[in-house]
Amino acid sequence: MRLSGVSVRFARAAVLHGIDFTISRGEIVTIVGPNGSGKSTLLRVLVGAQAPSAGHVTRASGLSIGYVPQRLRIDATLPMTVHRFLDLPVRRPRVALAAALARAGVGTLGSRQMAELSGGQFQRVLLARALLAEPDLLVLDEATQGLDPPGSASFYRAIEAVRDELGCAVLMVSHELHVVMSASDRVVCLNGHVCCEGAPAVVSSRPEYRALFGTGTGGAFALYRHDHDHDHDAPVRGTGGERDPIAASTTVHEPRP
Amino acid sequence: MLDSFLVRAALAGVGVALAAAPLGCFVVWRRMAYFGDATAHAAILGVALAFAFSVSVTLGTLGVALAMALLVTALGERTHAMDTLLGVLAHSALAFGLVVASFLSGVRGDLSAWLFGDILAVRRTDLAIIWAGAAAVVALVAWRWQALLLATLSPDLACASGIDPRREQLVLSVALALVVAVAIKVVGALLITAMLIVPAAAARPFSATPEGMALLASGVGAAAAIGGLYAALRLDTPAGPSIVCAAALAFAASLIAGRLRGHFARYAD
Repeated sequence: MRLSGVSVRFARAAVLHGIDFTISRGEIVTIVGPNGSGKSTLLRVLVGAQAPSAGHVTRASGLSIGYVPQRLRIDATLPMTVHRFLDLPVRRPRVALAAALARAGVGTLGSRQMAELSGGQFQRVLLARALLAEPDLLVLDEATQGLDPPGSASFYRAIEAVRDELGCAVLMVSHELHVVMSASDRVVCLNGHVCCEGAPAVVSSRPEYRALFGTGTGGAFALYRHDHDHDHDAPVRGTGGERDPIAASTTVHEPRP
Repeated sequence: MLDSFLVRAALAGVGVALAAAPLGCFVVWRRMAYFGDATAHAAILGVALAFAFSVSVTLGTLGVALAMALLVTALGERTHAMDTLLGVLAHSALAFGLVVASFLSGVRGDLSAWLFGDILAVRRTDLAIIWAGAAAVVALVAWRWQALLLATLSPDLACASGIDPRREQLVLSVALALVVAVAIKVVGALLITAMLIVPAAAARPFSATPEGMALLASGVGAAAAIGGLYAALRLDTPAGPSIVCAAALAFAASLIAGRLRGHFARYAD
């Protein structure tokens, strides 16, 4: 799947401009960026929920996308069991539903009401639904929002297991700039435009990050440092003095005005 | 059997209830009650225009209700909040309809029949139109059921599955216009929204799935139609409002029963 020169404007404000982006089969890519950097909009363009104002979106023919949205609020007036939810929009045999739930780690919840689920269970059910489409590309929009660190770590492990089993590409978004999966092949840094992209480096020696996320997360987290407080008009951005290991594997694009 | 006006009235009421209930579930889930009002009130303008141009009232109401539904869908939330926009359109359509009707000598005295329904005056041809329209609505909603549900849950999820939420919104608009056109004779323009949302709301506490809620709402609606008609005969009350009153009582009973059940469930735990 490829985006070339994609821009999105809402009213007069350009949310995304000049985005070039490609994701290939089996690849895990994480998009990081501060709030309002256009991460969710980029994902909505990718899944076809938002038409770009300019540029082109190219999908491999027959590409199947599994989408796990940022947050899904089910109206209290709409009764919906987990099984029934998984049956949308295509009804599938009960065995397939059970398998998808088991793969997402919530095998016993099938007959519960969606409204009764905890935040973590809900996100896993969304993941199970995305898996039922046997996706070539799994798209997750801040899927761990509202989960505590152990909860999101185990969610990331479930996604990693899914990628290993299905061989699908995984595209994730995080606003937690310094937390990305160790399995990410590539990290794309977004702030209206693609600031930079590159392989994540494991900064295991930094005790302050370990203290933040603990060592009990099974190695699911890698740490990726990047400063977003730069001025787009400033000619040079330097981390100064000692270079971060990440800088060596990062391509820095000049921001476009 | 159809010779009896009572049998015809009962069949008309049940037909409208069966078409309105599943559609009404979507009106409730999508919080479209005002949208239903706007479409239904526009039907009064449709009645007036039908008399002015001597076309069938069903066609007139269908046409204007459809135009209103499409207008609302097209306007969207651009400059005003949706409820403001719908409030403006619903009441303007009603007011314009009443003003246009005042120019037509034949309609003036007759207008309350269209505002509140005249189910006891339903003829065989009306019955045929009601059941044909109801069947069309049920078929349309059943055909698009899965896509409608997903688009209701999340437009983005629908897009990711290759479903266009705007097309599903259009399906609902068409179905709503059809229900308005067939229900106006039975409960009248002012109370059509009640037939949509009251049975659905009454069914909610006792439903585990969307299908269960639609079926239960159909049952509640049909029972309200027959019960309301019976009460209207016994108490000599207007039939359309009596049907809505019966549905409202069912809603109140459901509310109380739902609360009690929740109460006992907590004790059982």
